[in-house]
Amino acid sequence: MRIYPAKPIKAYFYATCLVDMFDPEAGLDAITLLEQQGIEVIFIEKQTCCGQPAYSSGYDKEAKQVAQSQMDLFTENWPVVVLSGSCGGMMHHHYRRLFKDDENQAHVDAFCDRVFEMTEFLVNVCRVKLNDKGESTSVVMHTSCAARREMNVHVTATQLLTQLDNVEIREQAYESECCGFGGTFAVRHPNISQAMVEDKTRHLSDTQASEFVSADWGCLLNINGALEYQGKPMRGRHLASFLLERTGGK
Amino acid sequence: MSQSNNGVHIQELAPEHFHDQAKAALADPQLRQNFRGAMDYLQDKRKTAFSNPAEEKHIRDLSEAIRQRCLSKLPDLLEQLETNCTNNGIQVHWAQNAEEANAIIAAISQRHNAKSIVKGKSMVSEEIELNHEMAKLGIECLESDMGEYIVQLDGDKPSHIIMPAIHKNKQEVSDTFEKNLDNFTPTLDVDELIQTGRSRLRQKFHDADIGLSGVNFAVAETGTLCLVENEGNGRMCTTVPNVHIAITGIEKVVEFLTDVPPLYSALTRSATGQAITTYFNMISSPRRDGELDGPEEVHLVLLDNGRSQAFRDEEMRKTLQCIRCGACMNHCPVYTRIGGHAYGTVYPGPIGKIISPHMMGLEKTKDLITASSLCGACGEVCPVRIPIPEMLQRLRNEAKNPPKPDMPAMRGQEAAASKAESLAMKGFAFAASHPSIYHMGTWSATKMKALMPSNLGPWTQCRTAPKPASKTLHQLIKARKQGEKS
Repeated sequence: MRIYPAKPIKAYFYATCLVDMFDPEAGLDAITLLEQQGIEVIFIEKQTCCGQPAYSSGYDKEAKQVAQSQMDLFTENWPVVVLSGSCGGMMHHHYRRLFKDDENQAHVDAFCDRVFEMTEFLVNVCRVKLNDKGESTSVVMHTSCAARREMNVHVTATQLLTQLDNVEIREQAYESECCGFGGTFAVRHPNISQAMVEDKTRHLSDTQASEFVSADWGCLLNINGALEYQGKPMRGRHLASFLLERTGGK
Repeated sequence: MSQSNNGVHIQELAPEHFHDQAKAALADPQLRQNFRGAMDYLQDKRKTAFSNPAEEKHIRDLSEAIRQRCLSKLPDLLEQLETNCTNNGIQVHWAQNAEEANAIIAAISQRHNAKSIVKGKSMVSEEIELNHEMAKLGIECLESDMGEYIVQLDGDKPSHIIMPAIHKNKQEVSDTFEKNLDNFTPTLDVDELIQTGRSRLRQKFHDADIGLSGVNFAVAETGTLCLVENEGNGRMCTTVPNVHIAITGIEKVVEFLTDVPPLYSALTRSATGQAITTYFNMISSPRRDGELDGPEEVHLVLLDNGRSQAFRDEEMRKTLQCIRCGACMNHCPVYTRIGGHAYGTVYPGPIGKIISPHMMGLEKTKDLITASSLCGACGEVCPVRIPIPEMLQRLRNEAKNPPKPDMPAMRGQEAAASKAESLAMKGFAFAASHPSIYHMGTWSATKMKALMPSNLGPWTQCRTAPKPASKTLHQLIKARKQGEKS
């Protein structure tokens, strides 16, 4: 179990490359949520990508180069809040493995220690109390595998939804099962990935929830793409946008 | 001979054909239904067996620590095991590979003029293709584990390490019996099917010249071989025939007798959700003077077959912690959908992906190590906490790159190296560590999104193409800051 620090005055925000490209509004929404907690959010413009595409494809050397370039950007001892469990897992856990026995190891460990996924930061560091101002609705959430199994933040994401009084949370069948994204896995093994995402979209649709949210854009790219391909009306959006909308922040 | 997975001939399954085998399995609705149903059942059983999270944690802590301690002393423990087994009258043999193991078993068989070997369940015997090799010498191997028996009748192969015939439903088992057994009336009554198998097997134990089994735990301090089973066939194989041959991988040794209970508990709960199995056998010697039963000779064959390659590397050594419970495959979203045959390896599923490269080399297994979304469901249930996703990451790196300067090469090192991909990854790494170049790229992607092709090959076979936003977050934040200033 992780030990969380007191709420800081400032925090770095790591948007992730997918949010930057595909859902920048979710990035702005998350920044607003953090600012509402009285935190000064620092967005380092030189940030790019955590390096996961190289890492999971077997290119440790290249991943390490990217990791080093990202860590170099966050020089002050503020927390780094990441808008994805998957990139959070990369920066909180896998950077350590990449730099094991490296001369920089202690420095890397110190960086990894201050990486937080957004929902765990809101719940366990900010102790956020959300005030639901929306109409009554139902929501189904998909949690990424890294968020669940590397970061253990499916718990905090659910806690945030539970704080919303007018939101009924629907649970899909096989909730903890992977959606079939896995980065390059989806294109290296397209048939297996297809079988997985088709099951996932069916289980999500079967809940008949009005809203579908996730805190990971990798999964959303995969699941939304499949939902659209199948002609289904359901679309997922980032949890940060949903939370901000419910609390009247936009 | 059986056909599996939509016409792929069962004997031709190989990891090199993983893509085709997986595709065929995915297109077989009966197979997928059989696996999904069976895996759901086994997941529930495990969950019930570990209903107390604190107890689960305790058992896994203990099991992981025991396995790591024993592996850290592996060479010494193996020597101790040999000494103590020998003192007990068990004859110990060392085999570096499948060929040597088969030669040892063949020599023992020929010395006894054996015509038949009755087998308890042993994955290591599958690993060395014992049945096939003995058949060449005119020695018949008879499977006595019910699942293995069904699979053997049908000329099929195991699709799971604990439940070899899990890919067949009761109708398919009845069909197999009808095709292969005299005087069998088709039935869907599971008890009746089991009784049919048991009664046919009974005579075989008495007729066989040699009994062969695997080993779950080999205890170094006492020279004891432990065998975990539910059907009693293991006990029959190891006590009825005059000669007993046990075969196991070198990693199965444990230091103390007290190491066994926690590992046994972790194994049965993780595998089938049982608190304890119906039979637990401890074999410590051949028949002694004055004893009424038991074999007159007991042999132990210790097989390496690539395990020492995993052992020499501190990180990959964790692969050898495995106690073969099968929980990783029961919880794997890939295994659940394609079943065991598609992997084309003796050990399928997540553990198969990380152990097979050591046994067969990376050339043959390079598609297996990428066939994972790294979801981590396997590592989450592993009773000895093998970090399977990390092992996969490591193997992917070894398959793409030359060995590190101070490391010996793995078998098949660099087998998946691709100049084009390597160049692309170098390009990615360069761009991602040079923000101005990177942001030029994302900026153009948003500007030229109309040019995004709607056909992105494998991605768009079941999804629409991703649509970049009209402005990146970097642009929006710049605009936001300018808005604040004005």
